[in-house]
Amino acid sequence: MSDIAIRVENISKRYRIGLARSRPDTLRDLILLKVHQVRGWFKAKRDTRYHPPSHIWALKDVTFEVQRGQVLGVVGRNGAGKSTLLKVLSRVTDPTKGFGEIHGRVGSLLEVGTGFHPELSGRENIYLNGAILGMRREEINRKFDEIVEFSEVGKFIDTPVKHFSSGMYLRLAFAVAAHLEPEILLVDEVLAVGDAEFQRKCLGKMNDVAQEGRTVLFVSHNMSAILRLTQETIVLDQGKIVMRGPTPDAVDHYLNMGLTKQGVRDWAPEEVADERNPFIPVSLRVLNPQGQVVDTVNAADGFAVEVEYNLKEAISSLRVGLYMMTTRGEFIFTSFDTDDPELFETYTERPPGRYISRCQVPPYLMNEGRFVLGVNASSYRIQRFFQDDKALTFTVDATGAPGTQWPEKRLGPIRPKLDWKIKKINSYDESKKT
Amino acid sequence: MENAQQNNRQIPVIYLKPSTGWLPLDFGELWRYRELIFFLTWRDIKVRYKQAVLGIAWAVLQPLLTMAIFNLIFGVLLKTPSQGLPYPLFALTALLPWQLFATALQRSSISLVGNANLITKIYFPRIAVPLATIFAALIDFSVSFIVLLGVMAYYGVWPGLNILWLPLFVLLTLLTSLAVGLWLSALNVQYRDIQHMVPFLVQVWMYASPIVYPIETIPAGLWRSLYSLNPMVGVIQGFRWSLIGGDRPDITMLISVGVVLVLLISGLYYFRRMEKTFADIV
Repeated sequence: MSDIAIRVENISKRYRIGLARSRPDTLRDLILLKVHQVRGWFKAKRDTRYHPPSHIWALKDVTFEVQRGQVLGVVGRNGAGKSTLLKVLSRVTDPTKGFGEIHGRVGSLLEVGTGFHPELSGRENIYLNGAILGMRREEINRKFDEIVEFSEVGKFIDTPVKHFSSGMYLRLAFAVAAHLEPEILLVDEVLAVGDAEFQRKCLGKMNDVAQEGRTVLFVSHNMSAILRLTQETIVLDQGKIVMRGPTPDAVDHYLNMGLTKQGVRDWAPEEVADERNPFIPVSLRVLNPQGQVVDTVNAADGFAVEVEYNLKEAISSLRVGLYMMTTRGEFIFTSFDTDDPELFETYTERPPGRYISRCQVPPYLMNEGRFVLGVNASSYRIQRFFQDDKALTFTVDATGAPGTQWPEKRLGPIRPKLDWKIKKINSYDESKKT
Repeated sequence: MENAQQNNRQIPVIYLKPSTGWLPLDFGELWRYRELIFFLTWRDIKVRYKQAVLGIAWAVLQPLLTMAIFNLIFGVLLKTPSQGLPYPLFALTALLPWQLFATALQRSSISLVGNANLITKIYFPRIAVPLATIFAALIDFSVSFIVLLGVMAYYGVWPGLNILWLPLFVLLTLLTSLAVGLWLSALNVQYRDIQHMVPFLVQVWMYASPIVYPIETIPAGLWRSLYSLNPMVGVIQGFRWSLIGGDRPDITMLISVGVVLVLLISGLYYFRRMEKTFADIV
């Protein structure tokens, strides 16, 4: 018997781009498509050459081994292939090429609450969800009380979960999943849910699992969780493993990966090519007060951030915005170009064209250090057109920031200049002493 | 000694590799997932009657109401022949297997798409999903069956020894449902047209089966044989025969069973071939 829990060799997975969406979902769509095709026969005879379907390799020649009892982290940007890797390992989808072997039962926490039914009570959902995750009925019976206790939904256990608050729902869902006992556990982003208190509890549980000597593959955007729970981490980029090493090194590599040092991020057309997406990002830039693109800005001067983009078609209630994050992935703020009610009214519909959305980050806001900027373009609750959580990083220099007379590192990502007053309210009263 | 211990731990090895070709159904694996099938069935039943005031009583009302309507139109107004039996009873003996089939068909065809969130996240034999909907329909059937016994008692009709054959015909109904359900559910993953087509299919299929009229309406010989290509012909004929007598199942039954087997085996293979793509395209 070997000590290897997971071994994969040259695993590759290919998807057809847009397959899901180009397929007509309804009869109406099918008829429209057919009508379109028939019309196509009569005109535009020239453009009848065969367009090969475009493919994307979500995973390409991924090879690695995981030892029994090891907790391995997996990091990578959105679309780097992390989720696909977990799907292949959990057999949800087959690899297109390659070979792998897994020694032991696999439990996956690909998303908590999978298979929960809103009409069923908490109790019923525990059994249903447990069965879906691969637990035997007597195993669920045995752990039932423990699960309920962990979830803290105690007295609501016989209420349909549709009446649960989202927090209760997630706690219950995680509680079931956390009591799985497979030899190999695949975890994807479960810690992104719930309030801070519950997240701590989840992390604690994950820690326990790791201590018990089970093999865990842990995928997360939460760098502090990765750092805390894993010793070794794989960095995925564009479907390939670009690095495997001790977690601190891997996290460092990931955070600095593909990032330009020039304070600008340009998107090549093929990077964001999607015929159906009307929003095409062009560039994200950090500008100093003189309007120059810079990698380092001065905390005391403030700076501007601008997003340049093309709109192929008019988009209604579009908002283009920024995420400011620490290099550990903690959010500092989120801001959108139509936050202002007046601009929101003006741009209820944004006509096609080339745009720049620029915002001014005020002086004396950021602390010194390296920060990550992300971009998001969406219509609230309708559609997300584009998102890049870490489009670029830049440095803030502390020169002129409040408190620089003390050469110490200030804690916290921001360093506002606050209006302090010192007032003497009385003279020192010696008479009180006696 | 050490070896023995390791064997006891029985660590299963799972191989990941590209899927190729046509695979038979893995019955062993399906058996290992029997609890999941049980819970999916249980969920289907539970959820279906959860917020209905009448609850499971619908399983009683549905066949009774349909029987009443059929009796009014086909029995009283059109005076359809009914093998010399009271028309309501005649209709009900066919409605039972028919409703089992129709319910299973309707629910199983949308089952995979309806459980897309499971399919894209967790591995399990995909066939568990349509199978569970068919088992759930069987529960409704059991309730309706008690109604049938009541109606039979009301008309003073008692089944003979033929009733021993009944379980076989129930099984045949289930296999027919499964066969059609496998095809439609797998097709519906890629072509959502199926779910729009199914209501029509069910309607047409009903009139193409000897439910409101006796099988004798179709001229014996070539026409009857062609007619029996509809597997529900054999099923319904067998049901009637085992419960209230009439013509003994003949060649039509064999044709129907043959069609079911062809549909079922091809359905299983088609389903197995397509199931690897479900998570990617659902």
